[in-house]
Amino acid sequence: MSIGHALLGLLEGGPRHGYDLKRAYDERFGQDRPLAYGQVYSTLSRLLKNGLVTEAGVEAGDGPERKRYAITDAGVTDVERWLGTPEKPEPYLQNTLFTKVVLALLSGRSATEVLDTQRAAHLTTMRDLTRRKGDGDLADQLICDFALFHLEADLRWLELTAARVDKLAEEVAG
Amino acid sequence: MSLLVAQDLHKSFGKTHALEGAALTIRAGEIVAVMGPSGSGKSTLLHCIAGILPPDSGVVRYGDRELTAMSDRDRSELRRTDFGFVFQFGQLVPELTCLENVAVPLRLSGTKRRDAERLALDWMAKLEVDTVADQRPGETSGGQGQRVAIARALVTGPKVIFADEPTGALDSLNGERVMHLLTTAARDTGAAVVLVTHEARVAAYSDREVVVRDGKARDVEFAG
Repeated sequence: MSIGHALLGLLEGGPRHGYDLKRAYDERFGQDRPLAYGQVYSTLSRLLKNGLVTEAGVEAGDGPERKRYAITDAGVTDVERWLGTPEKPEPYLQNTLFTKVVLALLSGRSATEVLDTQRAAHLTTMRDLTRRKGDGDLADQLICDFALFHLEADLRWLELTAARVDKLAEEVAG
Repeated sequence: MSLLVAQDLHKSFGKTHALEGAALTIRAGEIVAVMGPSGSGKSTLLHCIAGILPPDSGVVRYGDRELTAMSDRDRSELRRTDFGFVFQFGQLVPELTCLENVAVPLRLSGTKRRDAERLALDWMAKLEVDTVADQRPGETSGGQGQRVAIARALVTGPKVIFADEPTGALDSLNGERVMHLLTTAARDTGAAVVLVTHEARVAAYSDREVVVRDGKARDVEFAG
């Protein structure tokens, strides 16, 4: 995830100070991983250095003074370019699960047990996401769906591999 | 508390061994997904534990009664009073209206028509299909038909609902709605659900899963 682009995109709605940006990011995209303050400020100072944001005054308050940041024209162009560029599809060819299955077979351990244990862990996470989805708004539902579809794909692979593990064992042994 | 216990079930169709020592335990009120690839024996397992199909050998207990030792007649009676069924295709009676379909199990148990239809309509409202009460099943969408079938399964207040691929013929969105309504209704009434599915996203509505492979059920929680 490009935090810089996400922050830039949020600034298109109007100038904000760092704390406000962090809150907006966490609310919309953070899910279980809120941004660290340090990351927000280091990202903003990089964007400032690259001319994608500019300082837009200081907000006085009870606490320390807070700088407000605004997106520049160059920043808007950068967001536009980012939105228009497809994300590179993950090739998924290096995979820990596959490695574990092959290593289990090579060492004479039970690959089926590796697959079953993983399957149970996947389903537990899918249950949590399904519950969370039931309680959430549409944005929550969609991000949970994204996770659920990916986990489901893993599970299909786990099932397919479990069905062919004996053949794979022969191949690995040969 | 265990409500339904199956032990060492065997069932063959000709030379095909569908179940080879399958075992399973269902507790009151829990939702259990029975998963496994096509041909693994999961539907046969469901039919055996629901008393639809007698196993060749093995024991199925429901509460303190032995299902496998009951007469056909007693098993039919038990299915009508304590079990509810939902299949992949609603299996509704095409000539009856949806409301009449939902009321059928109550009518079979001797409930008066007016009372049966009032209760049926309550369940149809809970499943958000009261709007199609007067339509025939053929006039409804797939998702609506399945929700009518679920209302029919719930109308007698069953202790266990057996659902065999209940979303198998539906698109993702309708499937999710059906699962949400089915599991919510089951939790509200305290009914256990045995849910046969090959879809992980459907199984994720359950409390736990049992995997069937080559006719053997791997009941992780009750293993050993």
